[in-house]
Amino acid sequence: MTYKLKDELNKKERFAQGHRLCAGCGAGVAVSAVLRALDEEDRAVVSNATSCLEVSTFIYPDTAYEDSYIHSAFENAAAMTGGVETAYRVLKKCGKIDENFKFICFGGDGGTYDIGLQSLSGAMERGHDMVYVCYDNEAYMNTGIQRSSATPRFADATTTPVGTKSYGKTQNKKDLTAIIAAHGVPYAAQTTMLGNFRDIHEKAHRAIYTEGPCFLNVLAPCPRGWRYEMDDLAEICRLAVDTCVWPLYEVVNGKWHLTYEPRTKLPISDFLEKQGRFAHMFRPGNEWMIEDAQQYVDEKWEQLLAKCE
Amino acid sequence: MRDRMSGNEAVAFAMKQIDPDVMGAFPITPSTEIPQYFSKYIADGEVHTEFVAVESEHSAMSTCIGASAAGARAITATSSAGLAYMWELLYVAASSRLPIVMAVVNRALTGPININNDHSDSMGCRDSGWIQIYAENNQEVYDNYIQAMPIAEHCRLPIMICQDGFITSHAVENIELLEDDKVRSFVGEYDPEHYLLKKDEPLAVGPYGISPYYMEIKKAQAEAMKESRARIYEVAEAFAKMSGRSYGMIEEYMMDDADFAVVLIGSSAGTAKAAARGLREAGVKAGVVKVRVFRPFPWEELRDALRGVKAAAVMDKSEGFSGWGGPLFAETRAALYDLEESARPLLQSLVYGLGGRDVTVSTFEAIYEDLARTAKAGTVEHVYRHVGVRGDEEGIQG
Repeated sequence: MTYKLKDELNKKERFAQGHRLCAGCGAGVAVSAVLRALDEEDRAVVSNATSCLEVSTFIYPDTAYEDSYIHSAFENAAAMTGGVETAYRVLKKCGKIDENFKFICFGGDGGTYDIGLQSLSGAMERGHDMVYVCYDNEAYMNTGIQRSSATPRFADATTTPVGTKSYGKTQNKKDLTAIIAAHGVPYAAQTTMLGNFRDIHEKAHRAIYTEGPCFLNVLAPCPRGWRYEMDDLAEICRLAVDTCVWPLYEVVNGKWHLTYEPRTKLPISDFLEKQGRFAHMFRPGNEWMIEDAQQYVDEKWEQLLAKCE
Repeated sequence: MRDRMSGNEAVAFAMKQIDPDVMGAFPITPSTEIPQYFSKYIADGEVHTEFVAVESEHSAMSTCIGASAAGARAITATSSAGLAYMWELLYVAASSRLPIVMAVVNRALTGPININNDHSDSMGCRDSGWIQIYAENNQEVYDNYIQAMPIAEHCRLPIMICQDGFITSHAVENIELLEDDKVRSFVGEYDPEHYLLKKDEPLAVGPYGISPYYMEIKKAQAEAMKESRARIYEVAEAFAKMSGRSYGMIEEYMMDDADFAVVLIGSSAGTAKAAARGLREAGVKAGVVKVRVFRPFPWEELRDALRGVKAAAVMDKSEGFSGWGGPLFAETRAALYDLEESARPLLQSLVYGLGGRDVTVSTFEAIYEDLARTAKAGTVEHVYRHVGVRGDEEGIQG
């Protein structure tokens, strides 16, 4: 079936308007894009790790989710979702349920790369039939822009502030997608919100409809933490991809495939200069920072190309 | 059916008879055997349960929360550090009103590490909103487990069925088991009103509860806990009809005319009873109050049981570090506040048995002797003391 954004947008929204996420936030756009990939006749249980997303979409007594939904804590979303999925299998086996349910869990990079990594690793290893979606906004935004292991080197965050003796975060970003792929899951992919949303739609659909534990890592910019104009969300996503800061690929049964290769690989400064969190890198004397960041992206890109067939 | 079993096997056997939907568990001494026995039942096709062999107790409780919210009967088992690791989620399970059943095999909390019995683990989470029922022996832990779901599912509160690590979990005793069909009809089918997977009725669980709503949720939990007392009695009565074995919130042993009493929880009650029996033969009016249900707290029962007793020791197998005695003592003392002064016993806190420190009949004899001295003196010299600690002059040796 050919993908048409217009048709997709005409489907009944599973993620209702009126939630309290910020204007220009990538998380909400990512969630509606992923949930649109559910076939209309299928039901879902959506779950959340504690996050901006959670506290903005299910404030008692209002929920933004048309489907069933559960949240319990920050670091346990994958294990909890595994519990829901296990209950589904048992109850279905006993004939107590006859509909098809899909299980989609969303966590931020804090809940996924960091505090929830053990729970996620466990759930992926045990093979629950679920999709874990990390909306990666590269810092702990809900508590006020503290660094996470997903924060890139040089970023100015509130626990790695730029100062006279500090250039921001000193460590590079953790490669979580590769870590999850190394679990031998049937499907793991990186995506973000681009153009007509085909990339995120197709990957989400594939993740949802591949049996077993599947993982999507969605770059989801945050206007507050990254300090960009809220209108620029789409452009920031586009630049992340075209500079190869956020390569788009999928790992299907252990085979790596690049799903997008920029016609012209743009210099990393195009991505950095749009964001206040990297502003110090453009000050005189700090040219080495941009050079270092470029070198790191180039190395990672080459490594990725070597892995992809 | 007569058999002989360890406390762990008895719990696993009860689980098998109930045949729940989902078990999420992670091994920790001394409760490890429970998921082990249960896994064998699954391996042999004796139950339909899905066992989720999680990577931690945190994920065990998370699995139970997900499964229970989805509409399944969910169980787990743990001890000590495992229970501590679940802490955060115990509150979530209770506030989400999920009737999860957890077998707790009580073991000391680490600091230093110790694998033996005390109650510091479950006492630490006494305010998490879970019903807590404790057992003296293998028979009781089996019987308590059979009663757990009818209590929890009616009250929509999670429940801990506690027993003493090694002392009952590993000791093999004679036990009277119920027939499978009796257990199944007693426990019944789990048929929740709302759940995530319910047809045509989506449900949202675990909201951000802002200030205008949070307190209503807490009050509702508190009401459920208060009302659970009646349900505990109701289930105990039905259980007695089926099995011939009676249970209440507390058990009074030789308390009708007792001058001196010990109040305590768990397996040491058996030792205390033996000491009381011996002293009765010597003409000392000794009695024992065993607390079976700690949450909800049996304050009325304790008040009535201790009315008119001359001196009593409330014994905690956990250190509350309040500087003023253990948690059972604090709450028991509060329960006696409304008694008229003439009926109010002289009361002291005895912390005992930490990290598996042995207590014997002679320990209890020393305690009763001390209570008699206290009664004679008409005053409590030291309110807060420890039992059997080397070089502890204020404490009780025995």
